[in-house]
Amino acid sequence: MPDIHTKLDAKIPEGPLSEKWSLYKATCRLVSFNNKKKLDIIVVGTGLAGSSAAASFAEAGYNVKAFCFQDSARRAHSVAAQGGVNSAKNYQNDGDNIYRMFYDTLKGGDFRAREANVYRLAECSTNLIDQAVAQGVPFAREYGGYLSNRSFGGVQVRRTFYARGQTGQQLLLGSYSALMRQVDLGKIKLFTRHEMLELVMVDGKARGVIVRNLDTGQIERHGAHAVVLATGGFGKIFYLSTLAMGCNGSAIWRAHKKGAYMASPSWTQIHPTSLPQSGEHQSKLTLMSESLRNDGRIWVPKKKSDERRPNDIPESERDYYLERRYPAFGNLAPRDISSRAAKERIDAGHGVGAMKNAVYLDFKHAIEEYGEETIKARYGNLFRMYEKITGVNAYKEPMKISPAAHFSMGGLWVDYELGTTIPGLYALGECNFGDHGANRLGANSLLQACVDGYFIIPYTIGNYLADEIEAGEVNVNSPEFEKAEKRVVDMLDKLIAIKGSKPTDYFHKKLGRIIWDYCGVTRTEEGLTKAIEMIKELRKEFWVDLKVLGTAGEVNSELEKAGRVADYLELGELMCKDALTRNESCGAHFREEFQTEDGEALRDDEHYRFISCWEHKGEGVEAVLHKEALEFKEAKVIARNYKK
Amino acid sequence: MKLKLKVWRQLNAEAKGQIVDYELEGVEADMSFLEMLDYLNEKLILTNEIPIEFDHDCREGICGTCGLFINGRAHGPLEGTTTCQLHMRSFNDGDTIFIEPFKGGAFNVTRDLRVDRSAFDRIITAGGYISTPVGDAPEANAIPITYDMAESAFDSAACIGCGACVATCKNGSAALFTAAKVAHLAKLPQGKVESKQRAVKMVSQMDAEDFGHCTNTGACEIECPQEISIANIARMNWEFNKAKLLG
Repeated sequence: MPDIHTKLDAKIPEGPLSEKWSLYKATCRLVSFNNKKKLDIIVVGTGLAGSSAAASFAEAGYNVKAFCFQDSARRAHSVAAQGGVNSAKNYQNDGDNIYRMFYDTLKGGDFRAREANVYRLAECSTNLIDQAVAQGVPFAREYGGYLSNRSFGGVQVRRTFYARGQTGQQLLLGSYSALMRQVDLGKIKLFTRHEMLELVMVDGKARGVIVRNLDTGQIERHGAHAVVLATGGFGKIFYLSTLAMGCNGSAIWRAHKKGAYMASPSWTQIHPTSLPQSGEHQSKLTLMSESLRNDGRIWVPKKKSDERRPNDIPESERDYYLERRYPAFGNLAPRDISSRAAKERIDAGHGVGAMKNAVYLDFKHAIEEYGEETIKARYGNLFRMYEKITGVNAYKEPMKISPAAHFSMGGLWVDYELGTTIPGLYALGECNFGDHGANRLGANSLLQACVDGYFIIPYTIGNYLADEIEAGEVNVNSPEFEKAEKRVVDMLDKLIAIKGSKPTDYFHKKLGRIIWDYCGVTRTEEGLTKAIEMIKELRKEFWVDLKVLGTAGEVNSELEKAGRVADYLELGELMCKDALTRNESCGAHFREEFQTEDGEALRDDEHYRFISCWEHKGEGVEAVLHKEALEFKEAKVIARNYKK
Repeated sequence: MKLKLKVWRQLNAEAKGQIVDYELEGVEADMSFLEMLDYLNEKLILTNEIPIEFDHDCREGICGTCGLFINGRAHGPLEGTTTCQLHMRSFNDGDTIFIEPFKGGAFNVTRDLRVDRSAFDRIITAGGYISTPVGDAPEANAIPITYDMAESAFDSAACIGCGACVATCKNGSAALFTAAKVAHLAKLPQGKVESKQRAVKMVSQMDAEDFGHCTNTGACEIECPQEISIANIARMNWEFNKAKLLG
């Protein structure tokens, strides 16, 4: 094993894998109902993780303040997840169970996740479906009235529950309604259009946040006995990504600068079924649900630079490369495998579309087999969306799809209790480094966000708060809050004072291009070294040539964006450094120097079976790498093989 | 293409707004409407003019944040489409395009094209939920729900809360938004139990905000990007009247 020089305590409970969580719940400390009202919790972000956590805390009896930058809690980007949510219910009697789901997830993540966490994810998955149905989530049903399932990449069973192509939206509306119910009961104070700009530490503990009211520009202080971050992923660092325009990494980055370790930041999931970039003006990439791969077949022309329309290319001249390379999983090969295989074909000159950056996703065979009506019933809204954006009718002609930056596998390091390295600071959902390892299987993101919020943090936070009952109300007029507020005000003033010549988007687009080219689907030592220098240069340019008009004391979207890009310019460098330290390929982290003869990822378990955890050491000082060794006591670690 | 844009500019909620003219060259057909505004804003910043504020986030047609009144129609000329999914190929070179915020009812402009729609949240807070505890729910398959009923509930649940229904209604009514949630939950066995109380609470909150009354013109259904049916309003009225008449 490598030199693991770390004091990181993952707090994994003793006992057999299948009993760890039960034992934890049976023995963790509790806060009695009467004492919970003495305790305040701040939740930042109201997506699935944040709203489910806030609702759970409030219902338990804690006082909750919830913050989101959107105008309503219902608009968080969880809303955009289309395909479904996994649960080991085994309703299909096809051999599913908790262990199999645990193993699929661990294997899908290339054995770079913590065994105990992943098992708990699978274990809690069955409760989630019950919870969502009780809240009125209209999941797809069979004619007999029972819940329906479909399959997703990387698995051979049907364990994905779905609500047409809008599962995220419906799950979020469920947790949002639970949140608003507690707002009605007075247990949650909701602050919409508020952005967290600083974490406040008192005596080494997280004690509050500084936020900016985006409607007035006013800076506010809020104190609490614990701070829970549920702010989602930072994939928008790529500029062109599947994320919402407002998604950002500022809250976790600022927490990182206060002492929270950042884990595996270079692991970004590249989703295989995005719509391709069509021009330079583009602001984002739109995802088409992975569920389309249940019926769609992926191919490229065998001939390079084939200019024919797809329907004019005969079967014999099509390369169904996923079916060819991965016969056991075919078009349902996991996301990292599918993305890389697409990029490999595109780079080899077989890409299609105006920018030659896409592959075909073809429904011809499915329509022949099941009829257009059946396909319409399964994916009608996705086909409609595709036509709106591209002007192409995908019932008549194959869709064009392309890999795109999607889900942040990295994020704040958390222990089994979802606690960061800062006492009293927790991170849930996509903003923690997660249960997914180096690659997330489809339909597991909604699951993790919900499970973290509904079923895990309500227990684990009590273990910490039991010691805070006598703490009394947090004083927001203390010097710590004053200093934190001053830092925020100074930062905003500094951004406006630059008065350079280039808008924020100029820097964001440039940074995104660097990260995509050098720290995207594939990476090399040479490219990453170059990227770090390029980012340093760009950061210098940003601080002398940024142009933000208006003031900080008013509605100012450009200022909001500038603050986020300033953080991205630091985070981007850490991403590249992180990628540079891992001399292996795994999951979405494919280092070209480390591959098998037939182009598959070459993982190095002997030297890299750990989570990289970065400690911030101050401005201009190199971050320090700590390693959390990953031990697999019950899962058999194997090389991933989706060929047979 | 080259466009003449007439855009609503307003400094804040109290200020008087006005239409300001802009000419924009170099617009491409496959830009989304919001990307066209990004492009305009970039030009404004470079000429030291404060950029236009507008609501947007996911740009995938699902978060419900965006919403513009374009040439007198909520979300523009296409049916069943949000502003972020409207592309410039729907316009012609030389077109004049009026761009205004979603106004009406309890909605207020906070700046330029940005609108305060928090009244919608307050309607949900008043009762737009199932009073289920967060934690140990019963087995999901214990209560079968027929395929048709689940689909019908989904049709109602699909509302994205954008506010096009209010913006396009001559009375500024929020009936379609409120009705969609009332119907979604009333159609499911889990939500049926408290459907009467829910309808009364939500309708009362809707009335307490500055929304107008529904006079069944049907404009909301036509402009709804999710094509939510006004049959939901009939369902809401039925639930409300049932509660009032039968207690």
